Amino acid sequence: MEGDDTRDYPGARPPDRTHRIDSSGISLAVNEWGEPDAPLLGLVHGGFDFSRTFDVFAPMLADAGWRVVAWDARGHGDSDHAHFYSWAADVRDHLAAITALADGPIPLVGHSKGGGQLLDLLDARPCLASAYVNLDGLPSHFSAPDINDRERRRMRRDDLTATLDRRRRRNELSRRPDTIAGLAARRAPMNPRLSREWLEYLVTVGARHDDDGWRWKIDPVLHLGGFGPWRPNWSMEHLANLDLPFLGVLSGVVDDPMGWKSRRGDVAPFLPPDGRLEFFDDVGHFLHIEQPRMIADLVLEFLEPYR
Amino acid sequence: MTRTTERLPNGRLELALHTLAEGEGRPLLLLHGLGERAPLERPSWTAAWPGPVLALDFTGHGESDVPVGGGYMPESLMADVDAVLAVKGPCTIVGRGLGAWVGLLIAGARPELVRGVVLADGSGLVGGGPQPPSPYTEVLPAGPHATPDPYALLELSRDVRPPDYALDFVRFAIEGSELAHPIVVSARNRPDWLAAVAAEIDVLDLPLAEAVATFADQA
Repeated sequence: MEGDDTRDYPGARPPDRTHRIDSSGISLAVNEWGEPDAPLLGLVHGGFDFSRTFDVFAPMLADAGWRVVAWDARGHGDSDHAHFYSWAADVRDHLAAITALADGPIPLVGHSKGGGQLLDLLDARPCLASAYVNLDGLPSHFSAPDINDRERRRMRRDDLTATLDRRRRRNELSRRPDTIAGLAARRAPMNPRLSREWLEYLVTVGARHDDDGWRWKIDPVLHLGGFGPWRPNWSMEHLANLDLPFLGVLSGVVDDPMGWKSRRGDVAPFLPPDGRLEFFDDVGHFLHIEQPRMIADLVLEFLEPYR
Repeated sequence: MTRTTERLPNGRLELALHTLAEGEGRPLLLLHGLGERAPLERPSWTAAWPGPVLALDFTGHGESDVPVGGGYMPESLMADVDAVLAVKGPCTIVGRGLGAWVGLLIAGARPELVRGVVLADGSGLVGGGPQPPSPYTEVLPAGPHATPDPYALLELSRDVRPPDYALDFVRFAIEGSELAHPIVVSARNRPDWLAAVAAEIDVLDLPLAEAVATFADQA
């Protein structure tokens, strides 16, 4: 099997069209599913993901009559690597992508970090969206780690040192090559609820095959964690400021290593007028991958009036 | 002396590091404010410093390279300073404005390499304040890559600087430094973060030239 560069996954479908857009000199890769003249729907992926992680979810939306468009964040997937990465720069790239693709408000769906970033963007630019679906991307006060000050400072100090050491070596950094199975196994701790079959499929669409093996395309200078003054509860302030049709979908699986773990009661007080919140205590952070049919149906039903 | 300049690697870009005065011993490293650049000559308030006087142009400023697509954070400029420390070894730092905030961050992150930091007035001292400012997102046209980079001016005037975040770096610096008082506040303007720093018991409060002289005595 190894040596074969392709993997099939039930329901997975490559994009119907690919192209690129520019964000202040950073070239972003765009993938589209569905008829080109169908109503536009934007999908924004999470951190350490890429738009091809929508290869099952996006076709379900497209088959219901939407032109589904997703773009890779800078440093992720097939988009350019950048010198600097920041939350604000990602938010700006989303603005560049949406304004390049749409003449007016469109429905937006964001997962995880992408969902959190859309909260910021739509607070700054509310006219971009006709409706907004957030898939487990709602950081709240509950997302702050429950640790004492001494431990929090030690973690921050460790993050600081590791980040600076990594930046000193950034010209030497490269993703470690591996087989398809090996790369899938290394991603598994981040996605323990997703099947090995899916993770191997992801390798074939999210990694490149060099002479010495497969490497994730994500910029090697990027890593999970990090530091900075950002507070998760700031996102709830953005949520409360929204005035557009809103659906939030929260995962209740507490032992999934990814996600912010916000609970219904952490988010509900900040919902926009008539905002809707769904909570699934048996579906993990990657809801649209674990239960694509159920989540797609939920999204389609919610977005139907905004077609 | 006439200012001389060397180029330091910074990922795929380069930083401009200027020597304003030669000398033996530990360097004094000057960090400029937001939108500024390294001075052309040694400032008068460095007169007491016996060793070399260096001045860095931050990424996107002066003669340093400009990255494509912005994404500036003070924490990434901290890595600019770390690139200098990697080449020059331990330094004493004077930071103006934005450089004061970055100087505090690197003093906390590399306390074994920053032998004292002076936090001085200058452009960009406040940043975006202690809480997120009103949301604002704008896409600027790409290039030309002149300095100061408009994205640096936009993003580094909006970064959030909570006092408790600043105090973490104060504690890192004090816990990790060989000096009893590694942080001196010289700024007369005191935004919330700097007022909190200055109120810490182990932080000194001295005029700029006197602060430099204090660290010179320990060089």
